[in-house]
Amino acid sequence: MERIPILRMGRLLLVTIQVDMHDRLAMALQEDLTSRIVKDRANGVLIDISALDIVDSFIGRMISDTAAMAKILDARTVLVGMQPAVAITLVELGLTLQGVRTALNVELGMKMLEQHD
Amino acid sequence: MSNFKTTHLTSVVSEYHDQLLDGWLASLVSSLRRDKNSAANLREQASQFLPLLASTLSNTGSINIEEPGWADLRQLLAEISHSRVRQGFSPIETASFVFSLKKPIFELLRNKLADSPQAASDEIAATSSLFDDLGLYVIDVYQKAREQVILRQQQELLELSTPVVQLWQNVLALPLIGTLDSARTQVVMESLLQKIVETGARIAIIDITGVPTVDTLVAQHLLKTIAAARLMGADCIISGIRPQIAQTIVHLGVNLDDVITKATLADAFVVALQRTGASILNASGER
Repeated sequence: MERIPILRMGRLLLVTIQVDMHDRLAMALQEDLTSRIVKDRANGVLIDISALDIVDSFIGRMISDTAAMAKILDARTVLVGMQPAVAITLVELGLTLQGVRTALNVELGMKMLEQHD
Repeated sequence: MSNFKTTHLTSVVSEYHDQLLDGWLASLVSSLRRDKNSAANLREQASQFLPLLASTLSNTGSINIEEPGWADLRQLLAEISHSRVRQGFSPIETASFVFSLKKPIFELLRNKLADSPQAASDEIAATSSLFDDLGLYVIDVYQKAREQVILRQQQELLELSTPVVQLWQNVLALPLIGTLDSARTQVVMESLLQKIVETGARIAIIDITGVPTVDTLVAQHLLKTIAAARLMGADCIISGIRPQIAQTIVHLGVNLDDVITKATLADAFVVALQRTGASILNASGER
């Protein structure tokens, strides 16, 4: 089964979603990410969804759940690179991802994570 | 009634063409209070209409205007109706083009059939229903043309009214003018998000000075736009809130706690600059 790679940069974890998310993949990512946060003692997670064209309510929920889990494990999550169409869809679905911090691109997201170190 | 053969009407329209045209134009011009230019225009339209009416009547032998034989006449009336919409005629003025032909025709019919009142009344009833149909058709076309104009204006308004401007590096402004409905919110949201991607802006100022009223629906639309911008990583500031609108928002119980709000665009701009790490100094270096 394919998995989404999780890269480590210092105490940050970088997740770049380059493929179409389906539900099993999303669940696997959630599991991998939480165990990696613990194993690598990460204090920040950056999720890049700039290649994601379509989201449904499940993926939206998954993202906000992942951020909440990371927060419990004392790592901050920044979601970067959301496409306008995806943002509109999520808002129409009523998923405003309260509690998840966002940035326009990876560069700004990194800056955001570093600033609070 | 539609099977009624209007032989007398047909002959009257073709025989007394000139007389009919003069009588018709006289009543048309008197009812229209228009300038010379449109009187000439009217004469041209009327002299197109009468021969066509005569030939259509003699060709089809029917007074049912839905029939294919009447297509040319319907076309002509539609053109006249369209041109009157463009010139700003009222519906009454437009319909009177057809209805004012009744009087001269009835007079001619009455003279022609003076010796048989029964035939005259039948003929007049049939003619009257024919002209009613034509008149209603004209009004129908007029109405549809007006609706098209309104639809096009709505479309243009939608495109015109949502500019997103860049105030500073990383700072966008979105001056909203007019009421926000769902369709406009969609356009506003799309153009704002697109601009955020293009410019890499981190702060967007939504100025609602030009929004006449804020009800729960408008507030909800605003919050949606702000939420979408936040998902893209840009913070929003609402500015230009007038005192009455502040009162309404609180009375309605709209929750703006998570949003930065400022009374004027200038205040919002200062906050935006501070957030992006810029500051304004005057020439002597003081803040």
